[in-house]
Amino acid sequence: MPGLKDVKEKIKGVKKTAQITKAMNMVASAKLRGAQEKMERFRPYAGKFAEAMRDLSSGMEGSDLPLMEVREVKKVEIVVVTSDRGLCGSFNANIIKTAERLRKQYEAEGKIVSFVTVGKKGTQAFKRSGKLRVQFNDIMGSFQMFNARAISQNITAAFLDGESDQVDIVYGRFHSVAIQKPEREELLPIKPMIADEEDAPVRAAMSGSYTYEPDPEEIMEVLLPLFLNVQIYHAMLEVGASEHAARMTAMDNATNACKDMITQLTRLYNKARQAAVTSELMDIVGGAEALRG
Amino acid sequence: MAQIHLEVVTPNGAVVSEDVDIVTAPGVGGEFGVLANHAPFLSTIRTGTLSFKKDRLTKYLMVTGGFTEVSNNKVTFLVESAEYGQDIDVERALRSKERAEKRLLQAQQAAEKINRVRAESALQRAIARIHTAELSRF
Repeated sequence: MPGLKDVKEKIKGVKKTAQITKAMNMVASAKLRGAQEKMERFRPYAGKFAEAMRDLSSGMEGSDLPLMEVREVKKVEIVVVTSDRGLCGSFNANIIKTAERLRKQYEAEGKIVSFVTVGKKGTQAFKRSGKLRVQFNDIMGSFQMFNARAISQNITAAFLDGESDQVDIVYGRFHSVAIQKPEREELLPIKPMIADEEDAPVRAAMSGSYTYEPDPEEIMEVLLPLFLNVQIYHAMLEVGASEHAARMTAMDNATNACKDMITQLTRLYNKARQAAVTSELMDIVGGAEALRG
Repeated sequence: MAQIHLEVVTPNGAVVSEDVDIVTAPGVGGEFGVLANHAPFLSTIRTGTLSFKKDRLTKYLMVTGGFTEVSNNKVTFLVESAEYGQDIDVERALRSKERAEKRLLQAQQAAEKINRVRAESALQRAIARIHTAELSRF
């Protein structure tokens, strides 16, 4: 049986850990609220943007815009968006696993894969693979549109130089506070969005009445890079919210585990104390008996 | 006077959402004005100053690249950022202008395309900020 003092120290330590995890849980939940608000603010912009893209891109198949150019795919670039910090359960590990699986799949098809990482965790995972082309670290804490723009400019330059024929993005999508899942999307070449069958004629009639300045093709040329920014920014927002949600859950679990441990240790402590009291009593009784005898 | 609904939307949320008399914006093909009941129209926007007039009061906004759509007596600007002239830190804009000019010179000498494009757009933003701040001083 361990000594009384040891158990007492252990309980103290576990209590302190519980305090930390509890605090981290609360910080994460406050940050999650901020991240969700940021997503909410972005929604009107993204929605309007997608709408305009649909209006413009229908009827633009086979256009010779460089960002929409479909080439034979020999080189694939995978953009992996993770968080900068750990302690958020298996969130980052899942994203990295998905990216890794994707790499194997592409390599089995005989394609060359390179990585671009956004977020320190992804960078750490792919640094040693020798396939990491660029890394963007320490921006997930508080990023703005210009961070996304820097990333998309880099990816676009590589795509236009023929260093990649296809670019995928892997990130953690925020479904709810409890569920975050890795998701894969294709970034480049940008595919023309096809409007819903039903409202296609309505849209066609509407877009026909628009005056374009300059012509639609030139507007698209300006819009496509912006669209890429929007997609990357969106992925970063999703990862930002998911990270905090995942950390909340992880820290809640940790706090509960600490509580369980404290209960067990307290039980052990009480048992040890009882054993000590009993043995002392035995001594006293034994001594009294001896005196009387 | 008939009014038109103006909305300026950025990734950080809507900056303006109100009925105004006239909107003037920096289109790619030059400045253009939008009055009430304008015909459906779609255009790209370059970095510059957007102004709108309401109750004889003109307000100025610095906007970066994006596009605008006019339909149903509503004009929507989708831009990467928008700031009111009175909120602009002129000192800071002047400093970033100097910095951008220096960087542009370096990039031109080294013939680095990405850095040159970046420096150019930074310079455009700085100039637009200074210009917008000056306009809204009165």
